[in-house]
Amino acid sequence: MLLFSCPNCGPRNETEFHYGGQAHVAYPDQPGELSDREWAEYLFYRQNTKGLFAERWVHSTGCRKWFNMIRDTVSYDIQAVYRMGEQPPEGLTAPPAAQAKSQPLAPAEANPTNTSEGV
Amino acid sequence: MTTEHLPEHPDFLWRNPDPKKSYDAVIVGGGGHGLATAYFLAKNHGMTNIAILEKGWLAGGNMARNTTIIRSNYLWDESAAIYEHSLKLWEILPEELEYDFLFSQRGVMNLAHTLGDVRESVRRVGANQLNGVDAEWLDPKQVKELCPILNINDNIRYPVMGATYQPRAGIAKHDHVAWAFARKCDELGVDIIQNCEVTGFIKDGNKVTGVQTSRGTINTEKVGLCAAGHSSVLAEMAGFRLPIQSHPLQALVSELHEPVHPTVVMSNHVHVYVSQAHKGELVMGAGVDSYNGYGQRGSFHVIEEQMAAAVELFPIFARAHVLRTWGGIVDTTMDASPIVSLSPVENMFVNCGWGTGGFKGTPAAGLTFAHTIATGSPHELNKPFGLERFETGALIDEHGAAAVAH
Ligand SMILES: Cc1cc2nc3c(=O)[nH]c(=O)nc-3n(C[C@H](O)[C@H](O)[C@H](O)COP(=O)(O)OP(=O)(O)OC[C@H]3O[C@@H](n4cnc5c(N)ncnc54)[C@H](O)[C@@H]3O)c2cc1C
Ligand SMILES: [Zn+2]
Repeated sequence: MLLFSCPNCGPRNETEFHYGGQAHVAYPDQPGELSDREWAEYLFYRQNTKGLFAERWVHSTGCRKWFNMIRDTVSYDIQAVYRMGEQPPEGLTAPPAAQAKSQPLAPAEANPTNTSEGV
Repeated sequence: MTTEHLPEHPDFLWRNPDPKKSYDAVIVGGGGHGLATAYFLAKNHGMTNIAILEKGWLAGGNMARNTTIIRSNYLWDESAAIYEHSLKLWEILPEELEYDFLFSQRGVMNLAHTLGDVRESVRRVGANQLNGVDAEWLDPKQVKELCPILNINDNIRYPVMGATYQPRAGIAKHDHVAWAFARKCDELGVDIIQNCEVTGFIKDGNKVTGVQTSRGTINTEKVGLCAAGHSSVLAEMAGFRLPIQSHPLQALVSELHEPVHPTVVMSNHVHVYVSQAHKGELVMGAGVDSYNGYGQRGSFHVIEEQMAAAVELFPIFARAHVLRTWGGIVDTTMDASPIVSLSPVENMFVNCGWGTGGFKGTPAAGLTFAHTIATGSPHELNKPFGLERFETGALIDEHGAAAVAH
């Protein structure tokens, strides 16, 4: 069992929390203008980092507030905990949203899945 | 201790060759899926100048860690087709591979504990029968007849209200399955290269032409990824992303007991599934740990909860002991269905996303992925399981639909 430091309640057992996956994924600015590819990115594609990962948790049976955490996905060591709306502490990890932007999928024309007849 | 009195080392089942400079195809990952893919590439498509590259030892990943449940009673047509094909292959593979890997069709029961469960289960039995998958609905008394050690009293928190039953489902010896494929692959000329980690890909434009490994650079016409929990890491090396999240999944065994448990019992609702291995240990597993993880271990409360559920369902287990617990890294998708697909990189193909339930799919994954690699387009059975479904929205949502996802 992991021990988490809730920013509001202090150290509590993992069983008091629920997982929310990758942190810092913003709702699209212009949802009406997204292509199917971009919607797929928003809905189904998340970073799956091996190493330091920025993720969200909610303290379900405590203060019931969401917060962010930087955790190593190999050792499960918790490096930092910070509130919603805050950026990860310097030097721990780039915000995953920025990572995602700098590492797009292969260009659409090179993506054979775009040219298949559909399912 | 002297070695004088030790017997001769038995014959090895496969060679341990050094990697060649180049191959027609390279499979990354020497688990069940990599082995089955290489086998069908050689057998069905005549591609024998190929290699399996495994960073550790053969089948030491999820293939060594799973609870070996094999069944095909999935809800949707696409799933029923591929998993039922897989089950049919399981039925002929011991003979084809000339290896008795103890495939035991002792049946699998999926328990229903709420009215909602009952309705979903009865619906699934109907869907299964329409798809030619053997399936029955059992009332609690029939459940008890088939598995006398199950507690069907209605004074427990989640009483057993019935179960779906697939008689042809069962379990197999996972290590032996891997060795059976490995020996045949080797006979057919496939190089199985262990302790060979893929660390990068060589590309010419958007086309893959080689792999960098801890044992040097290898040129290849084609690359097939079968890396289960590490699929995202490899895709990132190749420059694309996958809709996969890697989670720890844990299991445990008890000490050896007399045979008491005749079938396989799974409960989605109370999160436990139990069988008794051939040697006698009780084998149990549950759901994934909630967080992303590559650590091959999870949190103990998950083990504790699955044991609590098991003891309520099987009071006879109360005095059994946990002998070992362990974890694997499973590659989950949002729709709980696998990806067997072309990829955004030319000549690179991905087989992943089998998550918590890909042992049963080993033969069909191998067959369809080999077809996809050899011909450059999907087999009829894996067409619906392409990456494009996340864009078209044609998801195959087996979450809940297929009972527990193992
Ligand atoms: C606890 C547990 C219980 C399960 N129970 C069931 C069940 O009852 N029924 C069922 O159907 N399924 C079950 N599964 C799921 C099943 O085990 C997997 O879906 C299946 O084994 C995945 O395919 P594989 O055998 O090829 O994976 P693996 O055996 O994990 O093979 C992937 C291989 O890729 C290698 N690799 C990774 N990165 C690299 C690299 N860079 N270079 C070279 N090699 C690399 C790894 O070392 C590994 O050997 C369970 C899984 C777990 C963990
Ligand atoms: Zn709190």
